[in-house]
Amino acid sequence: MKMLKEKLPILLFILLLALCWELGTRVFDIPPYIIPRLSDVFAALEQHAALLGKHFALTLWEALLGLAFSVIFGVLSAIWIDSSSLARKTIYPLIVASQTVPIIALSPIMVMWFGYEIGSKIAVVILFTFFPVAVNTADGFRTADREIGELLRSMGAGKAQLFLKWKIPSALPSFFTGLKMAAAISVGGATLGEWLGGESGLGVYTKRAANMLRGDDVFAGVLLLSLMGIALFVAAQFIERLVLGRRQN
Amino acid sequence: MSRQHVTAEPPRAGLSVQGLTYRFDGEEPLFEGLDLEVPQGQFVSIVAASGMGKTTLFRLLAGLLQPDSGTIKTASAGLVHQEQGAGRRTIGYMPQRDCLMPWRTVLDNAAIGLELAGVSKREARRRVLELLPELGLAGTEAKYPHELSGGMRQRVSFLRSLLAGGDLLLLDEPFSALDAMTRVSMQQWLLQVWEKHRKTILFITHDIDEALLLSDQVLVAASRPITRLEPLEVDLPRPRDYETTLDERFVYLKRQLLRQLGRIAPSGEGGGVL
Repeated sequence: MKMLKEKLPILLFILLLALCWELGTRVFDIPPYIIPRLSDVFAALEQHAALLGKHFALTLWEALLGLAFSVIFGVLSAIWIDSSSLARKTIYPLIVASQTVPIIALSPIMVMWFGYEIGSKIAVVILFTFFPVAVNTADGFRTADREIGELLRSMGAGKAQLFLKWKIPSALPSFFTGLKMAAAISVGGATLGEWLGGESGLGVYTKRAANMLRGDDVFAGVLLLSLMGIALFVAAQFIERLVLGRRQN
Repeated sequence: MSRQHVTAEPPRAGLSVQGLTYRFDGEEPLFEGLDLEVPQGQFVSIVAASGMGKTTLFRLLAGLLQPDSGTIKTASAGLVHQEQGAGRRTIGYMPQRDCLMPWRTVLDNAAIGLELAGVSKREARRRVLELLPELGLAGTEAKYPHELSGGMRQRVSFLRSLLAGGDLLLLDEPFSALDAMTRVSMQQWLLQVWEKHRKTILFITHDIDEALLLSDQVLVAASRPITRLEPLEVDLPRPRDYETTLDERFVYLKRQLLRQLGRIAPSGEGGGVL
């Protein structure tokens, strides 16, 4: 009940926008290949439900696999950066600088390296999501309260214990910040990967629909992609709450 | 560990420091040939002006810094935590900030020292739960640090040191960040707890009243570098409480102490806090 009260404004707002969309396209008689009517988008969703479901599952799978690899590589890099001052001085700035490279321009190379199968899509997702995970986790390690670390050392904690009982719990909130960002943009990575070359997935679906000027199908695919992004974000947030519990920050 | 009272044995040194010398790179030495002895089961305070290197001294005693020369021995090093490794002292260091871990409950924060010493989680929790009521922390075991007041957090921090520290506790201005009212009640609280457990305590403070109220002996650091610490025996009877600070003897000792610190002329009057 309390939750409903909290979410009510945004639900009403979305409803209002949907209404504007439907009425606007009707009143101004906008051609469907520019902006289709919302009712047509829903009709397209219903008509191709089975097909869309198949494409949806593939894109979701690509995003999840890419995210999983990003978490593994990102956390390992963060540990490396934190444990070696040389890595902090060389790897960390390089990772940050790598963000100035336009990932979209780099993505075709992934197809050259990993082919037209799922490998290149996962690679593009990793290109998108590695950075927020690695950098946020590294920052979390770096900003761990030094005095707590010293206190544990004064109690006889060794390197492994310091890592497990001080560094990891200290970095968890930042890690989850990175994970939530990564979850939200992973879908974009998967879609781009599919555009660059692929047989199926929602990215391929929307591109084909656009080529055929089927506005309603494009929007149906885009709607599903956004929902997927939201769902992944909410899932990451759910895991965060589960892990962090009542603790502060 | 809290049940071992040292009564029958002759007084041993709870902490014994000999010839301690330390300097930070490129700076004047902070300590030079410093000797320091804290008898076991005594409450000893060090009073000094800011910037004298008190916290550095504690870090040396806690084994977080290595002295340039000199030896530091604790009674507990030979007994309780020797298995921790070569020359590793484990003492109960209570820092100025409470430094509680925000991701751990009161129970798990207090148990960390035992956990690190290899005590099973269950046994560690049992020992914490046993001590919570007498430290005025009953019912807080499942709370997180941010749900507690400043005074309560310091109690948890003290309990953590108590359980971690063999027989020697180093308290680094633990009440300096508290408001005046809370500080007074925490001093009374520490008096009660200490008079029961009789751990060896080395206490750092700026507050002369606090040092006199709590201690058996006050050590004054007046020179820089610190080459020796001027002792002042505090022969006020125990148990003490805040009333003690109104005692004639207390005022006499306070005047002595202020003179030693050079805060008042040999026959003058002076304030309380440095």
